[in-house]
Amino acid sequence: MWIYEKKLQIPVRVSGPNPRLAKEVLTQYGGPEGELSASLRYLNMRYSMPTSRAKAVLTDIGTEELAHMEIVGTVVYKLLEGASIEAIKAAGLDGHYATHDSALFWSDPNGVPWTAAYVSATGDPVADLHENLAAEQKARAVYENLICLSDDPCVTDVLRYLREREVVHFQRFGETLMQVQECMSQKRFY
Amino acid sequence: MEATGMDNRRMAQMLLQIQQLEFTALELNLFLDTHPDDQQALAMFNKVHQDLMQCIRNYEQFCGPLLNFGFSPALQNTWKWAELPWPWELKY
Repeated sequence: MWIYEKKLQIPVRVSGPNPRLAKEVLTQYGGPEGELSASLRYLNMRYSMPTSRAKAVLTDIGTEELAHMEIVGTVVYKLLEGASIEAIKAAGLDGHYATHDSALFWSDPNGVPWTAAYVSATGDPVADLHENLAAEQKARAVYENLICLSDDPCVTDVLRYLREREVVHFQRFGETLMQVQECMSQKRFY
Repeated sequence: MEATGMDNRRMAQMLLQIQQLEFTALELNLFLDTHPDDQQALAMFNKVHQDLMQCIRNYEQFCGPLLNFGFSPALQNTWKWAELPWPWELKY
């Protein structure tokens, strides 16, 4: 069960229409290291975890990633708000516009649609938690790429916040991995 | 009725307080998931919980429901839930 809270996790402002940056940030909406991949990966992985603590971490981080998906969606929405057709064409977003207008869609900046193949689930808790550690580092790297690309200081602030959250999640998943490994090395009595 | 500029500012201001407190609670929540016996973190979590609940109650009085499905009361004489600006539409 989830309850909706009618607010963003942090305030999101943009300086003005910027379809080029919207196109780039879209990668964290529907790209391989994006927030949809992250939230679904963690929430889906909960069922096969051996400890209650690991289930708690996956539930809570998975839920926070849903909130990040909403932040990224808001950034894209606001950057497209009021953008002219000329600006959309100049930004190379005309392919997106032809199919979706200003609607959001689960794709990367090149229009490659999101696929469940971005998410791994082996059922092996150690392998799956390593997948999460890698995912957090990949997402951190993508946010750093986006910070390099951003020419809007308001959007850069949001990207810096989201980057920082990946670092915290990596830390919590690392602790979870150690606890799960400890638990699995103990449970050998039948 | 759309929220006026002044209401919008007040709303954003009240939301900012909630965002700050809830972020603190979330961080403590994740920390407690892997450090369940940290007494200092437990005490901080409970303190932040109280402050957060107070801020949410104030927001509900002034603006309307923050949460759906019965977790916020309907204190106004109309269903404000649908009427208040959505998070991606809020102007700061």
